Amino acid sequence: MSEKFDVIVVGAGPAGTSCAYTAAQKGLKVLLIERGEYPGSKNVMGGILYRKQLEEIIPEFWHEAPIERPVVEQRFWFLDKESMVTTSYKGLEWAKEPYNNFTVLRAKFDKWFAEKAVEQGALLINETVVTECIVEDGKVVGVRTDRPDGDVYADVVVLADGVNSLLAKQLGFHKEWKPNEVALTVMEVLKLPSKTINERFNVQNNQGVSVEMFGDATHGLLGTGFIYTNKDSINVGVGTTLSSMIKKKLKPYDLLEHVKNHPMIQPYVEGGETLEYLAHLIPEGGYNTVPKLVGDGVIVTGDAAQFVNAIHREGSNMAMSSGKIAAETIAKAKETGDFSERSLDSYRTEIYDSFIGKDLKKYKDAAHTFEENPQYFQEYVPLMNQAMNTFFTVDGTPKWDKQKKIIAKMTAGRGKIGLAKDMYKAWKAVK
Amino acid sequence: MAKTLEDKQYLLRFNCDQKSHLEVLDHQVCATQCPDKDCTIFCPAEVYKWEGDRMFVGYEGCHECGSCRIGCPHQNIKWEYPKGGHGIVFRLA
Repeated sequence: MSEKFDVIVVGAGPAGTSCAYTAAQKGLKVLLIERGEYPGSKNVMGGILYRKQLEEIIPEFWHEAPIERPVVEQRFWFLDKESMVTTSYKGLEWAKEPYNNFTVLRAKFDKWFAEKAVEQGALLINETVVTECIVEDGKVVGVRTDRPDGDVYADVVVLADGVNSLLAKQLGFHKEWKPNEVALTVMEVLKLPSKTINERFNVQNNQGVSVEMFGDATHGLLGTGFIYTNKDSINVGVGTTLSSMIKKKLKPYDLLEHVKNHPMIQPYVEGGETLEYLAHLIPEGGYNTVPKLVGDGVIVTGDAAQFVNAIHREGSNMAMSSGKIAAETIAKAKETGDFSERSLDSYRTEIYDSFIGKDLKKYKDAAHTFEENPQYFQEYVPLMNQAMNTFFTVDGTPKWDKQKKIIAKMTAGRGKIGLAKDMYKAWKAVK
Repeated sequence: MAKTLEDKQYLLRFNCDQKSHLEVLDHQVCATQCPDKDCTIFCPAEVYKWEGDRMFVGYEGCHECGSCRIGCPHQNIKWEYPKGGHGIVFRLA
């Protein structure tokens, strides 16, 4: 493996494969290195794949990609112990081309996607761990792998090695993540007949539903539970910041059982046969934790760069765009033969000018605000439920009295000003 | 439906290496400076088990999520990726 490549991409997930695909399409000599037995074998996602960013790489990919169902309805459940307040949007324009987003099973999807990069001319090598970047005179010139004689060289190394980017850390691009900068998420894939899924979620074949759950799903901790419908299985999962999990001494699999057995959720998952149990970290540090993105001969993409919008559960789409932008940057640099940090820096500016940088900036304080102010999930979600219950339970109490009672509960211990302040703070964090 | 962690872990495929990719750097730190032993609680695969006087590391069932490396309050866990092709093999999601 002593030959030299234009680009070495570390990691065949959404970021790495997008980069390899685009670079190979542009005629660059690309090596894509994957540590798993096959692409996808180490990768986990709740399951929502957005159409737009992949379409920019592979037009009309949905005709051939192994997608599960196009999502036609997004539901949001605010759970108390035995009740929930819900809101949702269902739109049949999402059931038609070009669709909005899809549920996918990543082991299948990533494998297919990497094969597409290979079709473009990228060389994919599986079962290979990159143990370090080879640095000469301060410039990254290649990678060291765990294969015998495993040094490989390239003009540019793209780090797409995921949330546990040991390589970016080795290069000093960021310090170790803190427990409040990552979310620990666990999920199960439950097998259910597609007919049962259609009936339970009120959809037809080839229509999917996403459900995001707040409040009691995480015992009021900062995080969410979710259900996503596949063709003949559903993904049910839950995650909170690792710091919350540690502080509350929660076992993630116990939290998952809590979700599966919650009286509002149980009817949807009942009878499902567990096919797989998966755990993964999601980088949720946001804008303020984005590492150094570019160095001499090296670019950082995807989860390794903390490109996740946790509020909108977007990540794989940002990964794909960042991989594509990285490839375009390298192709441009190839014209001048200059792969220095200065030459590759247009990657950084393009990222910050794109929806990635802008959305991360918009929500830069959100995680911090909700972590520091647990009242939103812990107190307001139950209060919402109690308010609805009070208002809609017909017990002879006049509605004016009910309203007064609700307002008294909402303002108890914090006053009207405290309530207004909390609402303002939440709005400010996401505005 | 899998209820216990054992049920869940049983469904997974692992291609185990002979050598652990996880290493407790100083077992004394676990024994004397870490009364809470958080890793035994938050690890999603219960890889870490306190055996009264020593931390047992069942690396064979590891999901390679990285939580222990980040969550250990004493940075006492050396965390590497398993050798290429080894470790957990997810088949679905």
